Amino acid sequence: MTLKLHSNKTINIFSALTDTALDLPIITEGISAGFPSPALDFVDLTIDLNKHLIKHPSATFYGRVKGSSLKNAGIDDGDLLIIDRSLEPTNGKIAICYIDGEFTAKRISVKKNELWLMPENDSYKPIKIEKENDFLIWGIVTHVIKSF
Amino acid sequence: MFALVDCNNFYASCERVFRPDLKGKPIVVLSNNDGCVIARSNEAKEIGIPMGAPAFEYEQHFTKHNVQVFSANFALYGDMSQRVMNVLSDYSPEIEFYSIDEAFLKLTGFEYFNLQEYGNEIRYKVHKWTGIPISVGIAPTKALSKLANRIAKKYPDITKGVYIIDNEEKRIKALKWLKVEDIWGIGRQHAKKLKAIDVNTAYDFTKLDDSWVKKNLAIVGLRLKRDLQGIPTLDLEEIQSKKNIATTRSFETNYTKLEQLQERISTFAVSCAEKLRQQNSCCNSVMVFIHTNGHRNDLPQYSRNIVIQLPFPTNSNIELVKFGKMALEKIFKKGYHYKKAGVIVQDFTPEDIQQLMLFENRDERHISLMQAVDKLNKSYGQQKIRLGSQDLRRVWKMKQEKLSPRYTTKLSDIITIHC
Repeated sequence: MTLKLHSNKTINIFSALTDTALDLPIITEGISAGFPSPALDFVDLTIDLNKHLIKHPSATFYGRVKGSSLKNAGIDDGDLLIIDRSLEPTNGKIAICYIDGEFTAKRISVKKNELWLMPENDSYKPIKIEKENDFLIWGIVTHVIKSF
Repeated sequence: MFALVDCNNFYASCERVFRPDLKGKPIVVLSNNDGCVIARSNEAKEIGIPMGAPAFEYEQHFTKHNVQVFSANFALYGDMSQRVMNVLSDYSPEIEFYSIDEAFLKLTGFEYFNLQEYGNEIRYKVHKWTGIPISVGIAPTKALSKLANRIAKKYPDITKGVYIIDNEEKRIKALKWLKVEDIWGIGRQHAKKLKAIDVNTAYDFTKLDDSWVKKNLAIVGLRLKRDLQGIPTLDLEEIQSKKNIATTRSFETNYTKLEQLQERISTFAVSCAEKLRQQNSCCNSVMVFIHTNGHRNDLPQYSRNIVIQLPFPTNSNIELVKFGKMALEKIFKKGYHYKKAGVIVQDFTPEDIQQLMLFENRDERHISLMQAVDKLNKSYGQQKIRLGSQDLRRVWKMKQEKLSPRYTTKLSDIITIHC
């Protein structure tokens, strides 16, 4: 918020705007009058994982995994899932589905007009979606974050 | 052209995004402290739960109809609102966020688009991305877009949630359908006045004499009339900044002492002052009210409010608390059990336009002091810096027995995915 501090016919003085920040790469070369460092041309911006992992912030939600039916896809109990609702559910994608009262993640498989939810763990069976199931596809898993 | 986008039963819809099992089931959301109903799903409206219904009176009704009851989860609603608004921002360079669940989009230059398809696309995308269902009204003026939205919402089967007023026939039909008390911006008092002279619909209103409208409803009424006639008069943001800001609460127990109420009024005044500063306004008058519990027939009842005109416009915590307490002392009476109190600030002027008064002026030092306070409270958490009249130990314990998880704003509350 800028505030008018002083004003007369010739000049208006405002307070400085200080409530936002802009991060700039720090240049540690010092200032010298000689030959500039060639490395300065290659200063990178910082890596912001938000930008790389989240393409549609307004449509992105997080979920916590419980269970091991997607073990072979690299999704384990306790992992954090990044879910993007804006993406279309297509064959082979890992989707967050709502079925009969709970959220679940499974790989989607469409075979001859049949919709199957495929596990990635031999101890689990594929689920065929029938008309009587209370079912909806809620979002698409784009990334999984694990902590070691 | 303007589009008004309005989220359908917003709070209830937010809860439903994370609870798809509640589709088609009645939902109500309760106010702070679980006092009364502030939002209802369509199903809850159908079984006759009125807006503002006291929760305790309707408890049996809720159980009988299997109504899902939620405490207000403003962290969730605020985040979902931002998501919806962000998606909408892709559809017009000029947008006015009118309320937590409504936005006007200016569609100047979009006339050659197929607006029906555009409306459908907005509706599809907001729902797909955020899970929130919306209604879209499109018309040549703001007031008409509000009306078109009402039609879209009222007749979802026919309109599929998108309605456009783009010719005279539709405009007249819509105006004849809209009751005068439902016109956007016409208050209850004005509606009464209009009905007294046999103006019952928005159409009747547009047929009134300009001079009559101006005399009885002031220039705002005249602008509204033009807008309803299809002449673009209201532009984005014109009715934007709030006319008043209120902070009111029911107490978890009854208060009988002046000191207890003073503490509450101070805290409410500070909250109003913060909101004023957020929108760069100062207020010129303050209303304070207190009342006893109307449902306790066994106790003596008392309810009073008082409006005090301030000697100068202000948005300083210190000054508003001072005036708030002054007002409270004028209306407080011993011997009653107070259940609710509130502070409402009104009559705003922009912060940077200050008229110098002859005798008393605002203390300019407060401006920078308040900036410092806001900054500290922002970085160290709510209410770290308080005034002496606010209880430092007191952490506001809100009754929130039916609070849903903060699915989108707290990592420990995110949805569980069964794998």
